[in-house]
Amino acid sequence: MCRLALKTASEPFSPYTVLTAMEAMQEGYDGSGLGLLLRGLQFTDYTYKSADPVLSGIAHSEGALHRLNDFMQDHGFALKHDHEFDADLSKIEAKDRYKYVLRVYRKPVAWEAMSVEQVEYEMMMTRLALRRDGEENGGDLTVFSFWPDVAMIKEVGWPLGLGQALGLDTHRIKSRVCMAQGRQNTNWGINLYACHPFFIQGIATMTNGENTAFIPIKDWLTGKGYPGYVGYQSDSEVFAHILHYVVKQLKLPLEAYKHIITPLKTAELLKHPQGDFLRGLRDACRRLIIDGPNAVIGSLADETCLLVMDAKKMRPATIGGKPGEWAIASEMCGVDAMIPDRDQSLDFQPMRPHTVIVPPDRQEFKIWSQFDQFHLPQAA
Amino acid sequence: MVSIRSIPSTPSSLTPGDLPWIIEHREDRCTLCGRCTAVCPVYAIKLTYMRQRMPRLVLTSNERGSSFRTFVGIRQKTEIANKCIGCGTCAMVCPNSAIKPVPNPMADRFRFQSTVGGEPVKRGGRRNDPAPGLLDKIIFNRISMLTDPALDAGRHEFDFNTLLGRVVSPEEYIRRKTAGEWIPPVREIFPFIIGSMSFGALSPNMWLGLLQGVAYCNEVLGIPVVMATGEGGCPPWVLRSPFLKYIILQIASGYFGWDEIIRAIPDMQCDPAAIEIKYGQGAKPGDGGLLMWFKVSKIIARLRGVPEGVDLPSPPVHQTLYSIEESVMKMIQTMSMAWNFRVPVYPKISGSNSAKSVLNNLVRNPYASGLLIDGIDGGTGAAYNVSMDHMGHPIATNVRDCYLDLCAQGKQNEIPIFAAGGVGKTGNVTQNGMSLIMLGASGVHMGKYIMQAAAGCLGSEQNRCNVCNVGICPKGITSQNPKLYRRLDPDQVAQRVVDTFMAIRTEIKKIMAPLGRSQSLPIGMSDAIGIADESAAERLKIKYVC
Repeated sequence: MCRLALKTASEPFSPYTVLTAMEAMQEGYDGSGLGLLLRGLQFTDYTYKSADPVLSGIAHSEGALHRLNDFMQDHGFALKHDHEFDADLSKIEAKDRYKYVLRVYRKPVAWEAMSVEQVEYEMMMTRLALRRDGEENGGDLTVFSFWPDVAMIKEVGWPLGLGQALGLDTHRIKSRVCMAQGRQNTNWGINLYACHPFFIQGIATMTNGENTAFIPIKDWLTGKGYPGYVGYQSDSEVFAHILHYVVKQLKLPLEAYKHIITPLKTAELLKHPQGDFLRGLRDACRRLIIDGPNAVIGSLADETCLLVMDAKKMRPATIGGKPGEWAIASEMCGVDAMIPDRDQSLDFQPMRPHTVIVPPDRQEFKIWSQFDQFHLPQAA
Repeated sequence: MVSIRSIPSTPSSLTPGDLPWIIEHREDRCTLCGRCTAVCPVYAIKLTYMRQRMPRLVLTSNERGSSFRTFVGIRQKTEIANKCIGCGTCAMVCPNSAIKPVPNPMADRFRFQSTVGGEPVKRGGRRNDPAPGLLDKIIFNRISMLTDPALDAGRHEFDFNTLLGRVVSPEEYIRRKTAGEWIPPVREIFPFIIGSMSFGALSPNMWLGLLQGVAYCNEVLGIPVVMATGEGGCPPWVLRSPFLKYIILQIASGYFGWDEIIRAIPDMQCDPAAIEIKYGQGAKPGDGGLLMWFKVSKIIARLRGVPEGVDLPSPPVHQTLYSIEESVMKMIQTMSMAWNFRVPVYPKISGSNSAKSVLNNLVRNPYASGLLIDGIDGGTGAAYNVSMDHMGHPIATNVRDCYLDLCAQGKQNEIPIFAAGGVGKTGNVTQNGMSLIMLGASGVHMGKYIMQAAAGCLGSEQNRCNVCNVGICPKGITSQNPKLYRRLDPDQVAQRVVDTFMAIRTEIKKIMAPLGRSQSLPIGMSDAIGIADESAAERLKIKYVC
């Protein structure tokens, strides 16, 4: 089972603190890998402008790095900062890691005339083009994200050891949100793309548990023909794509996510103030119903964080913390390790109807129940 | 040697050993009560006087050497019209177990003589192929083990209802909802549906029993079962009752019963579950419905608006239509309009290589609510044997191809595909149905299985009974003769309908729970099924397991 940890704080912190939380939860995971997403970046040796897209990935050979450079140059991106990890490659299990890429680019001039949506689309297409380039060249280039203010690392090995091997313990890079997951997809063949968190257009999720409804959901998302709905090396990737679909494509509020992945039953909807709309929404999105057992932890581009459960609540997760600093983890000891000085009695474990939302101001977390009304501007 | 002429032998002369079923009669047990002869639907047995020689040793010359005993016994008739159909009603009524039909272990000669009179064999039932079908060979092999916990079929809540009706895409739904536009009607129903069997094909008692059972499932057990009428219309009292909401009204090329239906629309208390437009059926593809004159009783004649005692063969196509586009536009739209666009309307076709073309036309019509495909193993009340046994398309590949085609277009949630034809043929009704659902069907229709399970239909794929067409059903299921259908108690049929659906419901849970599914019907969950047949696996795009 995957162990998950998310910390969000108003003050940037080192991802290494989250890795220590992973260590606290070590009993429950096989420590086969690490997936890390940092949002709200701060570099000690570079002043980052948060509109600049950050490219995260791994070049597995010198040739791949050259191709990457050429591609970015050809497409009008200017390299502003190349974060050099204090990496000790000897401590990394895999032997084909040429360079961990964490680069800040300036957007092409041509993009200035584009709408926000167009720019977001182009950034996704850039990531996908680089990914495809890697896949066409024997997998020598792996690209995790290309988005402002987001950095991602995925690697095989023991999480804390990887943190040290990549020099994260030097705290040169910090963030306001850090999502960490401690396992490669050992249920299937190991593939870096199969490691959580998954990322698409600013939206990231990580999950524990097996997604038993994976194939019908994947078939439906693939059928949408949206270029970003690709991959699916892991059954959990669909959770990120569903969240993207709800928020970015349908432009529904975050609360609708829960209504789509675990809709209420007909009898419950008949009593719901928005039952009529929700029943139709459930029918229209029926192929996106998840069947668990899953806890989904996610974050959005505006640093909103969320936690939802499947309808049977077969995977645990806890949120705890204090104003300005919150932690979500699959184990309570993970929350303890991330924010020890909190009032534990205020910790919360969401149940079947809940979505826990930590808004960007981080003053308090919101427990929203599916049985509650929510704001629906479109269908009002 | 005797002359040839004195031996009664014609080309069609048969002996009991030439017939498909041989009556085994034990004279030592028979009390000559006569029940078997009275009850035999085809008069295959006769009471007859017979003479037996009683040899005796004679010592004096004025006596004859042997004497003869005359007795009454039972013999099997060998005329074509009276061949034993193997129904076993004689065995059912015999108080002494003195009589029973046994299948002829040899290839019978009857099959070469069955066309006497120039008329090919017509019958009821299903394709005569007793071997397990492909669906029976599918296994559910994605078992939740350790990586995710298997669920508890007895204690977890399950939601496995399916949707009947056109579902618009989420984007379109939100657009229409915002603009206050029409949203197509959708019914939430149990995925196992009682397939279309007409009022006419079925006896009034059978029909009543089914409806009672369906109403109980819905109103007491909360299992939203629906049943389809078939072509013959619907009894007028049902049309004006609150039970109409459990009924899918079928319109077929004969339009039988639709005068009554249209006239009843202003008095309807609720809308029907859906309207099924029958373009074809699996048992007799490319053929219209057939109600033979034996069954056109007074009530049936009244309901269908025809004279009594005439054959009612429906045309093979709807006469007003010459193309699929026209059909989709005219019929579906017209039927939708009749209920003010509140009732789903979908076509039923026989399984065919062209099913995908039909489907793709439906995808482009905003009023089409689904597609029902009826495969080669479907049953019927009356059809030519050659149609039933040799024509049609197996359902599994038809459904799978159509589903994958919808997936490629991202439309698999918009047009539900329903599958029929041999579901539960060997008794594995839930396994067959769930296999089709995981191949991509949104639900399944079953007709013959319901007759067998709910009313004790005697028919089998060894051509047992199968006389539904001539209205002599020994169980009273498919007869319009009150003497026969009074054998069937509607209350008992209703009880068996309820038993059947309760059992299916439990079995669905027992299939879904180990797969880790409980929140929605696993439509298209093809990763959960496998088959020990490499070519079938490749064709269906599922796992080959051995």
